[in-house]
Amino acid sequence: MASLPEPDRTREWLSTMTLIRRFEERAGEMYARAKVGGFLHLSIGEEATIVGSARALRDSDYLISTYRSHGHALVRGTPPENVMAELFGRVDGCSGGRGGSMHMFDLSRRFMGGYGIVGGNLPIAAGIALSSDYRDTDEVTLCVFGDGASNQGTFGETLNLAALWKLPVVFMVTNNQFGMGTALRRHSAVTDLQRKGESLGVPGMRCDGMDVLDTHAVLAEAVARVREERCPVLVEAVTYRFRGHSMADPEQYRTKEEVALWRERDPIPAFAELLIGEGVIDEAERERIDAEAIARVDAAVEFAEASPFPAPESLYDDVYVLDPNVRGRYSAQTSEEQANRARTAAAAPEDSAQAANDEIPQQLTQALAAGEDGGETSATGSSAAGSSAAGAS
Amino acid sequence: MSASAMVTVSYREAMRAAIREALLGDERVFLMGEDVGAYGGCFGVSKGLLEEFGPERIRDTPLSESAFVGAGIGAAMGGMRPIVEVMTVNFCLLALDQIMNNAATITHMSGGQFAIPLVIRMTTGAGRQVAAQHSHSLEGWLAHIPGLRLLAPATLADARGMLALSLEDPNPVLIFEHGSLYNMEGELPADAGAVDIERAAVRRTGEHVTLIAYGGTLSTAMQAADELAGAGIEAEVIDLRVLRPLDDSTVIESLARTHRAVIIDEGWRSGSLAAEVSARIMEQAFYELDAPVARVCSAEVPMPYAQHLEQAALPQASTVVAEARRMVGGG
Repeated sequence: MASLPEPDRTREWLSTMTLIRRFEERAGEMYARAKVGGFLHLSIGEEATIVGSARALRDSDYLISTYRSHGHALVRGTPPENVMAELFGRVDGCSGGRGGSMHMFDLSRRFMGGYGIVGGNLPIAAGIALSSDYRDTDEVTLCVFGDGASNQGTFGETLNLAALWKLPVVFMVTNNQFGMGTALRRHSAVTDLQRKGESLGVPGMRCDGMDVLDTHAVLAEAVARVREERCPVLVEAVTYRFRGHSMADPEQYRTKEEVALWRERDPIPAFAELLIGEGVIDEAERERIDAEAIARVDAAVEFAEASPFPAPESLYDDVYVLDPNVRGRYSAQTSEEQANRARTAAAAPEDSAQAANDEIPQQLTQALAAGEDGGETSATGSSAAGSSAAGAS
Repeated sequence: MSASAMVTVSYREAMRAAIREALLGDERVFLMGEDVGAYGGCFGVSKGLLEEFGPERIRDTPLSESAFVGAGIGAAMGGMRPIVEVMTVNFCLLALDQIMNNAATITHMSGGQFAIPLVIRMTTGAGRQVAAQHSHSLEGWLAHIPGLRLLAPATLADARGMLALSLEDPNPVLIFEHGSLYNMEGELPADAGAVDIERAAVRRTGEHVTLIAYGGTLSTAMQAADELAGAGIEAEVIDLRVLRPLDDSTVIESLARTHRAVIIDEGWRSGSLAAEVSARIMEQAFYELDAPVARVCSAEVPMPYAQHLEQAALPQASTVVAEARRMVGGG
């Protein structure tokens, strides 16, 4: 087993894992109460994979995710208020109520989004990594996807491209044992997923995704290697989702016994007990961490409830980026694009996509501010660090 | 060189000059695609650029449309100004998920946090006997998608000038280069530069009928207008230039003068751009019309290889002339 990092870091990991768990549980309740629409994919059971991997990144690194993305936003430090408000479809959601559960984005924290087409985020990760090299930085991109995505064409295409062009991407396949309801052995001829990159020139590693220490240790090694060698690595995180694929999942494809067996390895109590055993925390602190997470999620729900729905007249906002300084914008139109409202004054310009026309490296200027220290994220990127959602765009 | 000096260039050379200028003017710009480097581009557009700019900025890609179009999106999100070349519009179907589900939606899904300043160039159209997997005009499909801007340079000036503002646009821009145009030669001012990318253009004025075309069908419309002039019918020719968002006003203003319209579209008729333009005329200029709008489109067959069959499938000037004469005679 990996050695125990310093107490402040491990405490923060436990806090963030707990926050994700409590957030997801509450999101499920809110879905049942019809506060949340559409699909809702919870990452309960996968918290060690999320926290262990993301904490191997610097703030200046990128994370790009899938439709199961609440935890990734939270681990990057997006306030739970804004994540919950997004689920509620409110203006204060981290995607302004346009994305919902599957499409959380937070540019300021270099969370490059949640993507709903399985495997669709891999090529984007390669492009982000290309831009990192092009700008002569040592940034790394962590691209998260599921075991099902390893069968997509984009998996082979992108791993080959990344190996060929020596792109700094850590491809992390979150093997939660199922592509929706199809078990790994029923959807992939090769079930040793870390090997799936071998023929494409991408070396593989594996971590125990139920163990935050092991996940962090393996990802830290992968990230360091990718940062140094500027070549991709494939990491398989072996984990399990305790809940259905989405809230609509009747879970007829697996037995209660199987789920119960994995729940015995629940990563949060396991880690908490380890920290207690090592004297890092005591039982009282464990309870305090849990109570804080619950309180934070209570506040998030309250915030989301209070946040207004997007105004109907904002319907066409953000379909195109409009900027009066960009020549050739859509001023000639009599079609529906004209309904786009110029939001140059209303939105904070430095946070908006309109910054795209600024000098290199435009979209990232604000995000850079947070990442200058260059050290591994410990508490600085944690959602617990910010008590207010007011700063979120 | 003085502003008035004219030089003879081909469409291919005009496009290359535009790319070269973009590469020289902005370090964030790079070109990637299949065989754009060592081969010089499938249609020779990027010949010589690898030697001048090196492999970092002229990047040969694997045959992986989904990966390299998606990488273009990611690079744009990371602050670059990528130009992605897709060999033909038929091949872009392999990257349609990236174009539709990512490039066109990320700005919206992220609540405006991200712009996608990406340019995708691709060859379109028939006429070269390359049969049913390399010849189609699928601009109409892509024009269906909100979030994209679509351009169809049909002239040397547009081939030379559309790229500059496309790269300034913070939205994804798709540029369709008709394969039959690359060898077209003509004169351009030596200092030709950026042209607008929002307006349709009136390429010929006339009072009896409006011929509406884009890309490869502009020459068909111009030829038809010449023939009609011989018969005493003055046709106005509109080059749409911008396929999304459509510039309705140029079309509607023309209809207010001519009261008749023939739309020439190399796409299939059903659900075509021609259908969209026709519907907009109906919505906005119904009472101006002296005759029903006519459409001259490709036959609804996969593009045949045999030359006479291919020509039979494509919009012909003679058909346009016949439609216009019938319309004017009946008006």
